[in-house]
Amino acid sequence: MTDSSATVGTAVAPKRRDIGIKSRNAAEKRFRAYGIIAIALGIFFLIALLWTVFSNGYTAFWQTSIELPINFEESVIDPDNERATDPNVLLTANYPRLAQDALAARLGVDPDDRSQARDVGRMISNGVRTQLRDMVVADPSIIGTTQTVWVLATADIDSAAKGQVDLAVDEARRKISDQQVEWMRTLQNDGAMQERFNSGLFTFGASSRPETAGVGVAMIGSIYMMLIVLVLALPIGVAASIYLEEFAPKNRLTDLIEVNINNLAAVPSIVFGLLGLAIFINFMQLPRSASIVGGLVLTLMTLPTIIIATRAALRAVPPSIRSAALGLGASKMQMVFHHVLPLASPGILTGTILGLAQALGETAPLILIGMVAFVADYPTTPFDPATALPVQIYMWANEAERAFVERTSGAIIILLMFLAVMNIGAIFLRRRFERRW
Amino acid sequence: MKTSILTASAAAFALVASAGLAAARDQIQIAGSSTVLPYAKIVAENFGETFPNFKTPIVESGGSSAGLKEFCKGVGEDTIDIANSSRAIREKEVAACAEAGVKEIQEVRFGYDGIVFATDIAGPDWALTPADVYKALAAQVVVDGKLVANPYKKWNEVNPALPDWDIVAYIPGEKHGTREVFEEKVLIAGCEELGGMEAGAASGLDEKASESACKAVRKDGGSVDIDGDYTETLARIDSNKTGVGVFGLSFYENNADKLKVATMSDVVPSVDTISSGEYPVSRPLFFYVKKAHIGVIPGLKEYVEFFLDDQMVGPESPLAEYGLVPAPDAERDDQRAAFEDGKTM
Repeated sequence: MTDSSATVGTAVAPKRRDIGIKSRNAAEKRFRAYGIIAIALGIFFLIALLWTVFSNGYTAFWQTSIELPINFEESVIDPDNERATDPNVLLTANYPRLAQDALAARLGVDPDDRSQARDVGRMISNGVRTQLRDMVVADPSIIGTTQTVWVLATADIDSAAKGQVDLAVDEARRKISDQQVEWMRTLQNDGAMQERFNSGLFTFGASSRPETAGVGVAMIGSIYMMLIVLVLALPIGVAASIYLEEFAPKNRLTDLIEVNINNLAAVPSIVFGLLGLAIFINFMQLPRSASIVGGLVLTLMTLPTIIIATRAALRAVPPSIRSAALGLGASKMQMVFHHVLPLASPGILTGTILGLAQALGETAPLILIGMVAFVADYPTTPFDPATALPVQIYMWANEAERAFVERTSGAIIILLMFLAVMNIGAIFLRRRFERRW
Repeated sequence: MKTSILTASAAAFALVASAGLAAARDQIQIAGSSTVLPYAKIVAENFGETFPNFKTPIVESGGSSAGLKEFCKGVGEDTIDIANSSRAIREKEVAACAEAGVKEIQEVRFGYDGIVFATDIAGPDWALTPADVYKALAAQVVVDGKLVANPYKKWNEVNPALPDWDIVAYIPGEKHGTREVFEEKVLIAGCEELGGMEAGAASGLDEKASESACKAVRKDGGSVDIDGDYTETLARIDSNKTGVGVFGLSFYENNADKLKVATMSDVVPSVDTISSGEYPVSRPLFFYVKKAHIGVIPGLKEYVEFFLDDQMVGPESPLAEYGLVPAPDAERDDQRAAFEDGKTM
């Protein structure tokens, strides 16, 4: 070393060879610039997407409600005093009338003026029927008393209160009249009409009325399907990968299987829907629109993803671990389950969660098995009809009413939250359990 | 943990295996037209609220043809009970149904739907006739008694009373039932008025071929097929303020603060003008009931009766408020009576 440095010191410096350093540096600079531009473009589109979704959707989490002192008059609910003998009386009573009368009294409108009274009634959501009915059925002793209740305003009032309807256009061109706008302003000034947190968005099922429409049924359906996918796809996928990776001989047949698995991962999801319709519904006679069928279809769809991720994770475990285990006398199965699988588990879990997240956002295969449907009642088991979150978004996007625009974006926000939680969970698991060699 | 996963998956398999023995279906299943979907949803929801002893029916959307295909799969709990349709069932479909064992079908016509042309709210007033639309949108138009490729580029070339806008119209795609009505009541009507059928005959086409020539729309960008729903058409008009869109009356009424409706042959489309028949572009809406399921699926009979009740499809009903054009009184009575009597096709 010292020799060569001495030589360099004494010798006449040779003519600098042109090794293209300038152009290579410039090329690298350009490449870095391309990379930054690519990332900037991606971030720009992401921000634009999130901005539209959030700016359209955040209002969906608030719902205009009216505070009313409702007099549960016996003469309206049970005029003939039959409720002790006929429980149906309490179920079929004219509850909207109670709310309409209360609001008319609040606004000083003559309840006998039919057209005015009807306009007043149209400001209150028809969902008030079930709301008040549930109150009375739960506690019949409130009949005859006056209770302060927050009732939902109709979607038209809601949209107007949120400024989503252009009130400057001609009265005939909008869904609410000038008189109703005036009443709305009165109520708002008195504090009797307020924007309250829209818990119904999370608890209600599908509804034709925007104000009582929620993603409750869709969330339960999605959760059922995710559980089914997890319970079926994870063990099947892991078992298949372990066998293929650690035990199976390498021959034509296993090559063919590998090619097929990779192919299946790229098959359009609608094909799995067709398969589900043919096998699970037509052949196995499972019920239509049920989350069990959706879960099975999504399991088939997710399996290749999980198998590919698991095999990659198994392959990433260094062969020295295997050799050490075998060298110390472990059987092949002990080697796999005691050493390889625990080391591969962060990768397997990450792959599984990403597969689940992909399945959570899938709509196309669900169309054919009848899950793109209007489902108002909560499913009690996975065999009952249900929908899924992305399906609810799709159906709301096709609705005519203005109030569904914000709800569509609101449902997208909820779905994004679900996905974010799952992906953050995947990152957390990987960080927590990852080993480096 | 491993064993618990295995047990759980074994349990899931057992569940799947036992599903064939699942309890009888106690919920009505409906599928079909996306035009009928909003009406069926309103009825289903009110039905569930009015009859607490029945579950709210499930309403799938997917189009009239897909719904009728499901409907005609056979009889039994694993098939749907009602198919919604924005057009009458075809002979072919009745035959397919009969072959699969669905021999008794009850047809219910519950009301009408108007089809309107609308532009952005800021634009001028529009007065269209079927002939104007035909001249603007057809692939071939009649000039001097002959069919020639459509030369018109602007609406005011078609009719001087129309504005100086490039011809761009958003019409329902081929898969929509609305397209059929649009072709029949607007394009073919306009074509006949201008002598397109004679011109077709003059150039050696038989009647069927002249009719297809009449309803063929231009492919040079003047006419854009919308395969999505009306929300997509509305979005297109939002971004192209000089576009003309085709909507259902109920959709237009829900978005009247954004859209301006065009008159057709000087008639303003409304529930009144459509039910009186003055406004020409309308169509009946149907649903088909599997008679074999009545009495088997709980609530099916009650649902249909509830649907046909005046408090659902009458002039002051929630469906009319949404935009359904109610059938005349006598027709509603007939439909109710026909269903009660168990009349089949």
